[in-house]
Amino acid sequence: MAIEALGDLGQGLRRLGGAVTGGIAWLGYAARFMVAIIWHSPAAFRRLHLTLREIYFSGVLSLVIILTSGLFVGMVLSLQGYEVLVRYGADEQLGILVALSLVKELGPVLAGLLFASRAGSAITAEIGLMKATEQLSAMEMMAVDPIARVVAPRFWAGVISMPLLAALFSALGIFGAYLIGVRILGVDAGAFWGQMQAGVKVWPDVSNGIIKSLVFGTAVSLIAVLDGYDAKPTAEGVSSATTRTVVVSSLAILALDFVLTVFMFRGIGS
Amino acid sequence: MNRSTIDLWVGIFVAIGFGAILFLALKVGNLLTLDRTPGYHLQASFDNIGGLKLRAPVKAAGVIVGRVESIRLDPKSYEAIVAMRIDRDVLFTRDTIASINTSGLLGEVYIGLDAGGDTVMLKDGEQITKTQSAVVIEKLIGQFLFDKASDAGAKK
Repeated sequence: MAIEALGDLGQGLRRLGGAVTGGIAWLGYAARFMVAIIWHSPAAFRRLHLTLREIYFSGVLSLVIILTSGLFVGMVLSLQGYEVLVRYGADEQLGILVALSLVKELGPVLAGLLFASRAGSAITAEIGLMKATEQLSAMEMMAVDPIARVVAPRFWAGVISMPLLAALFSALGIFGAYLIGVRILGVDAGAFWGQMQAGVKVWPDVSNGIIKSLVFGTAVSLIAVLDGYDAKPTAEGVSSATTRTVVVSSLAILALDFVLTVFMFRGIGS
Repeated sequence: MNRSTIDLWVGIFVAIGFGAILFLALKVGNLLTLDRTPGYHLQASFDNIGGLKLRAPVKAAGVIVGRVESIRLDPKSYEAIVAMRIDRDVLFTRDTIASINTSGLLGEVYIGLDAGGDTVMLKDGEQITKTQSAVVIEKLIGQFLFDKASDAGAKK
């Protein structure tokens, strides 16, 4: 009885240890993969149309969802913010409330989450299916490096698209807040923009948002291409890799956001 | 989809993306102000402007008639010189009183203009001579405590 329980405990510990070393090994693999991407980037950039094509697929085709979400997030933020601010007669502060929360937090984070589920999942599925149908092996046979031909363009497309999408998200959000706050709820337009301009600084507020979205773009793109490249070459493997991309990159965005915010508060704050 | 169409779409995407960044920097972050409402300018000097900010409203009888355009310190008299842009069709008399008020307890700070009975109107670029500075609550409390203390001292 006691020996059996001890055996179960040993099994559990072994599984835990396996998960930990597996996770660390995955991190090492990811770092090696990142170096490989950067190493092969010059070759990828020499054929720029590959990257442009990927910017079209992950950036341009994400525009609709990013713009609509930004608009609605801004409008909701405006309604909720007004509700509280008007109790203290401070509804003129609506502009700065909306602008700061969008530019510093919501823009990069929500655009990153949407980007991960809209573009990241598609990248993983595409690369995973290429692997399952042995297109990647075929490229290697023809002496074409799949990292330079397939992976690097998708990675850089994500890194380039993400800050632009986050900026569009914030801009549309502020426009949505203006529509609701000024046009419908009747906040004074001059106070809305004036308070916003008095409170939002280009450095560090706007630039911090851009730095955040760059970091999120890098993380999401790396996770997406890595999961696709690493997927088991079966239908099930591709589907679980796609799910993993969305889950892991969403968690990575939220964790990185916390770390970056701590740095920015301690560093350039005040 | 052929290559030039993709190039075109990516170009549009990058252009509006940078447009959004510019919007955030210029309009939201205020590197540039675009204000094209027609109006004329008035100046007023205050001992203390409190929390008055650029683009704060200028109100007459509670109605917004203009905006604060610039605030600077006169290095000789150590008074704050506030320049305002007033709507073209609202004219104020020469004996108008400009005061700095706060709307509500946490509300924004604005300039209130109270027109007098003079028949001569202020023209573009002229100065409002009668002004009333912002009320600084700390000073009021300090004054109150000081008065209390001196009252108590007088009674003894």
